[in-house]
Amino acid sequence: MTSVNLPALGVVLPELLLAVGALVLVLVGALRGERSSGLVNVLALVLIVLSAIAVAAQGSETVVAFNDSFIVDGFARFWKILALIGSAVAIVLSRDFFIREGLDKFEFPVLVLLSTLGMLMMISANSLLTLYVGLELQSLAIYVIAAFDRDNTRSTEAGLKYFVLGALSSGMLLYGSSLVYGLTGSVNFAAIAAAVQGEQGVLFIFGLVFIIAGLAFKISAVPFHMWTPDVYEGAPTPVTAFLAAAPKMAAMALTVRVLVGVFPGIFEQWQQIILFVSVASMAIGSFAAIGQRSIKRLMAYSSIGHMGYALVGLAAGTEQGVQAVLIYMAIYLATTLGAFAGILALRNGNVYVDRIEDLAGLSRSQPALAFFFAMLFFSLAGIPPWAGFFAKLYVFSAAIEAGLYTLAIIGVLLSVVGAFYYLRIVKIIYFDEAKTPYEPMTSGLKFVLGVSSVVVLLFWVLPAPLVGSAVVAAKSLF
Amino acid sequence: MIIGLVHYLTVAATLFTLGVLGIFLNRKNVIVILMSVELILLSVNINLVAFSVFTNTIVGQVFALLVLAVAAAEAAIGLAIMLVFFRNRGSIAVEDINLMKG
Repeated sequence: MTSVNLPALGVVLPELLLAVGALVLVLVGALRGERSSGLVNVLALVLIVLSAIAVAAQGSETVVAFNDSFIVDGFARFWKILALIGSAVAIVLSRDFFIREGLDKFEFPVLVLLSTLGMLMMISANSLLTLYVGLELQSLAIYVIAAFDRDNTRSTEAGLKYFVLGALSSGMLLYGSSLVYGLTGSVNFAAIAAAVQGEQGVLFIFGLVFIIAGLAFKISAVPFHMWTPDVYEGAPTPVTAFLAAAPKMAAMALTVRVLVGVFPGIFEQWQQIILFVSVASMAIGSFAAIGQRSIKRLMAYSSIGHMGYALVGLAAGTEQGVQAVLIYMAIYLATTLGAFAGILALRNGNVYVDRIEDLAGLSRSQPALAFFFAMLFFSLAGIPPWAGFFAKLYVFSAAIEAGLYTLAIIGVLLSVVGAFYYLRIVKIIYFDEAKTPYEPMTSGLKFVLGVSSVVVLLFWVLPAPLVGSAVVAAKSLF
Repeated sequence: MIIGLVHYLTVAATLFTLGVLGIFLNRKNVIVILMSVELILLSVNINLVAFSVFTNTIVGQVFALLVLAVAAAEAAIGLAIMLVFFRNRGSIAVEDINLMKG
C-alpha cells in the first residue's frame, strides 16, 4: 500500500492553510449570513498571519515537490512574505471603507484569500502548469473584487475591462507556454532551462515574447499597461490598494524566476525586450501622470513607472540586479500601502475624496496625516534619505555594474520628471488654501500609515534586515 | 497527404490570430469578446495536444484538460461581471464601456 507522502504536504503548508481556510470561511459566511463579515475578516487575517508563520518556519533549504512542479526556496519565501503582507494590509484597509459604503460583505476577505493562494502558487511555480493555474486563480478572484461594488457603474466597468484584457493576456501567456512546451518537450522549468542553450529558432522566440507579454500585463508594464489607470480609478479604493500591492509582488517574482531561472541560456534575447519595456514604463509612468486629476489614476501611473524602475534591475540580469529588484519591490510595497492608507483617510463626512486639488490645505486640518503623506510621496519620488532613494540607488548601481550606462542615465532623468508630480502633491498639501475639512483617521489606517512610514523613513538607519534577506533570496536563484 | 505537426500549428496560429483580432476589431458586443477569448484558449489546446502527440509526452494533454477547466471558470466569471455591468448601464455594447478613459 502506498502511503500519503506527508513531507510533500509540509512543503505546501502555507498554501494549504489558505485553501482550506478560505473554504471554511465560505461556509462560516454562508451559515451565519451577512452578520458574519466582521468575524470572517478577523479569521482571514489570522489565516494570513498563520500562513506567513508557516512560510517563515520552512527553513532555508530548497525543496521541490509534486513531480518537480512546485519549488520552495529562499527566493520564494521572500516574495511570499511580501505578498502576504500586501493581502493582510488590504483586508485591514478595507474594513472601515466597506462599512461606510454599505458593502460590508463576507465575500471580500474570502476572495482576497483565494487570490493570495494563487499568488503563493505563482511564486512557488516550477513548471508552466503551476504557473498558469496559480496565475489564473489569482486573476479570477481579482476580476470579481474589482467589480465588488456591483451597483456602481464605474466599479463594474473596471471589473469588465480588467476581465477582458486579463483574459487576453493569459491567453497570450498560454500560447507562449504551449510553444515553449512543444519545442523543449517539457513543462518543467529545470528541464526547459537545460534544453534552452545558445541560439534559438524563431518559433521559440515567439513563445518567449508571448510569455513576457502575459507577464508584463500582470505587472502593468508598458505596452500592456492600458488597463491600469481605468481599473485603479473604477475599483473601490481598498481593492485598488490591494491591486497595487500584493499581485504585483507575485507577478514580479514570477517574471524574475521565469527570465533569470528558466531562460538564462538566451539572456541576450530577453534582455532587449526587458530594456524596452523598462524604459517605456518609466517614461509613460513619468509623463502621463503629470496631467492627472484623480489620485487613484496618479497612483496607477506611479505604479507603472515603479515597475519600470524595478525592471532595470532585471535587465541587468546579474545576482546583484535580482537583489535590487527584491529590495525595490519590498520598499515599493511599504510605500504604496502607506500611501493608500493616506488616500483612504481623505474622508469628508461619508464621502471619499479622489481629486488631487481637494488635498489642498490638508496640513492645517490633519497635520500628522499631511506630514506622513508628504514623506511617502518624497520617498516615491526617490528623495534621500527616504527608502525610495535607496531602492532606486540599488537598481541603478546594478545596471551600471552590468554595463547598462544608457539605461541608468535614462532612468535617473525620468525619475526627475516623475519627481515633478510627486512634489506637486506635497506643494498642494502644504501651500494651497484649505477647501474641505477632513475627518480624523480610524485606528486601522493609523496603524498601517504609521508602520509604513516607520519602514520608509527609517530604512537608512537599519537597512541590514531587508538587504540581508534580499541577498539570501537572490542567491537561491543562481 | 499526411497531416503533420505544421498543419496543426498553422490551424492553431490562425485561430489564435482570429481570436486576438476579434477582441480588437470588434466594436459591437462584449459577448463576442468572450467568444474570442474562448477561441484563443482552444487554439492553445490544439497546440498542446498536437505537441503532446508529436513529442510523445503526456503532460500536454494534462495541460489541455486544465486549460478547459480554467476556461469554464473564466467564462462563468466573465458572464457574471457582464451581467452586473448590464444591470447598471443597460447595455453591453463595447462603445458604452467608456466612463473612464485611459
